[in-house]
Amino acid sequence: MMSRGRFRKTALVVGLSFLYLPILSMIVFSFNNSRLVTVWDAAHSPTLKWYSALLSNGHILDAAWLSIRIAAVTATLSVVLGTVAGLVLARFGPFRGRALLAGLTTAPLVMPEVITGLSMLLLFVALEHAIGWPDGRGFVTITIAHVTFCLSYVTVVVQSRLAGFDDSLEEAALDLGARPARVFFSITLPLILPAIISGWLLAFTLSWDDVVISQFVAGPSASTLPMVIFSKVRLGVSPDVNALASIMVAVVALCVVCSTLWMRRLERRRQLEEQMARAAGG
Amino acid sequence: MSDRTIDRGAEYVRIEAVTKRFGDFVAVDQVSLSIKRGEIFCLLGGSGCGKTTLLRMLAGFETPSAGRILIDGQDMAAIPPYERPVNMMFQSYALFPHMTVARNVAFGLEQEGLAKADIERRVQEMLEIVQLRDYAQRKPHQLSGGQRQRVALARALVKRPKLLLLDEPLGALDKKLREQTQFELINLQEKLGVTFIVVTHDQEEAMTLATRIGVMNKGQIVQVGTPTEIYEFPNSRFVADFIGSVNIFEGSLVEDEPDHVRIRCEELDAPVFVSHGISAAPEARVVVAIRPEKIGMSRDRPTVTDNVAHGVVKEIAYMGDISVYLVRLDGGRMVRVTIPNTERQTDERIVWDESVYLSWQPAAPVVLST
Repeated sequence: MMSRGRFRKTALVVGLSFLYLPILSMIVFSFNNSRLVTVWDAAHSPTLKWYSALLSNGHILDAAWLSIRIAAVTATLSVVLGTVAGLVLARFGPFRGRALLAGLTTAPLVMPEVITGLSMLLLFVALEHAIGWPDGRGFVTITIAHVTFCLSYVTVVVQSRLAGFDDSLEEAALDLGARPARVFFSITLPLILPAIISGWLLAFTLSWDDVVISQFVAGPSASTLPMVIFSKVRLGVSPDVNALASIMVAVVALCVVCSTLWMRRLERRRQLEEQMARAAGG
Repeated sequence: MSDRTIDRGAEYVRIEAVTKRFGDFVAVDQVSLSIKRGEIFCLLGGSGCGKTTLLRMLAGFETPSAGRILIDGQDMAAIPPYERPVNMMFQSYALFPHMTVARNVAFGLEQEGLAKADIERRVQEMLEIVQLRDYAQRKPHQLSGGQRQRVALARALVKRPKLLLLDEPLGALDKKLREQTQFELINLQEKLGVTFIVVTHDQEEAMTLATRIGVMNKGQIVQVGTPTEIYEFPNSRFVADFIGSVNIFEGSLVEDEPDHVRIRCEELDAPVFVSHGISAAPEARVVVAIRPEKIGMSRDRPTVTDNVAHGVVKEIAYMGDISVYLVRLDGGRMVRVTIPNTERQTDERIVWDESVYLSWQPAAPVVLST
């Protein structure tokens, strides 16, 4: 019989391997010299040749740039609309049609992506026939489609942040003579800023790795990065995709580690200051 | 200074038959009040009695379902919170967590569009008054409870309101700090000549702060009066019971004269003699309320035939300044008696299970209709 401590360690190793072994092997193979993805060329590895090949591949760089632009615009639009929706749901009381609005804003969360994509495509085609806009499919149509589902996530995040904070802060500002618009910009907005930032990042990530909806609403001239990777892999996995994916993993990991460290430092400083205030008394 | 010489006694706030309904629930029911300039008026009541709703209507966060609120003769119906000559100190203090103490205090003045130098000066003055000058650059979470309370007060007072609304102003402070802050509040109020309306559930707080108290129950004002009037002459069983502790006996009138009455209570052997007339029908059922500190206690039978009862001491709580005795009367009823501990000698004190006589002056009982 295994001891308790050893069982725990084994469980941890197995669990982590299950999650991260695939990613680790992908990163290792991105330094492989061989053309064959699954054969390790021990003589000439590791090498950075797939990374340099990537940098000279205009097709992939274009797709990456398009993806970044779409994700940034999507995230920004989603944050503006999602904040307004979250604010209305959390602060405007039981107005007529509130339940309908709440249901409709969160419906895309559970809607199958295939259906969202297909309905979007049909709408864009019909619109193009009727009023001549959107003229072809590409950046604009992908962005609109992404906003429709990213919006829901931002709304939920903002709404829960608003529900968690004291209404009397806004009332106090009104009481001190601030008009409602002023109250929003100097009190509410700064306080929900963390939620807005995490909503933005969430929307950016969702838009960045969406394949299904983009597939429906993208035209022949516009391919996002996930679409390019997907189509390349269908023809057989090539090592430069490994390199590309490794870079993406590295960037994401770096962002997560930095933000975690930063948040922890803020939290620790705050706790320390609160302790000092309590100790000082009075 | 001219703004300190205020015209005390003139009516400043007038509440006319104000009612507030939330669906079927009546939170405030036909309340009418007149509050004078320079008063500290306390709305006192248990939770859910409507006192906070009334305060929120004065601030403009709720609109009355019926009735009118006038401040300085002006109807407040169409005036939003940000245009009322009223400031409020919130129970949670509601300090803006992302601003420093100085910015919190300056916020209200910035809305008035004052010059930067003026704002700076008035904020400094105000922080001086509440003794927080050294804390101007701190954030709210870096302050203790008492300091936060003072920031909230400074932020509300820096706008020089004519009327300050305070929602449980001392509720979040510990006992020692409360007592100290109570007197600071009174001093500040006298110095600045602001009218205070304070909401509280704490009768002790109301007694020390208030010039007048309005006791609320189930959305209605039950009694309005000075702290002494409320305590010594409660007008109902609810008020007598709610303020302080009281022994209540039910009984019926047996002798009804213009200058005195006699009441027979089933739970007392001797009749209760009250040295003033009351307005009640003969033979009517009445309630006699006697405060614990107005009852005397002795081992020997007093030489009176009225206002006396016999019992056995069942519980003693020594509180330092006073001792509280619970005495079981021969009829089985428990009576609360408080005796001041005027002497340090303890041998003479009455102890557990001693047989005692309780007696009180003819002026002590308050007679209430049931």
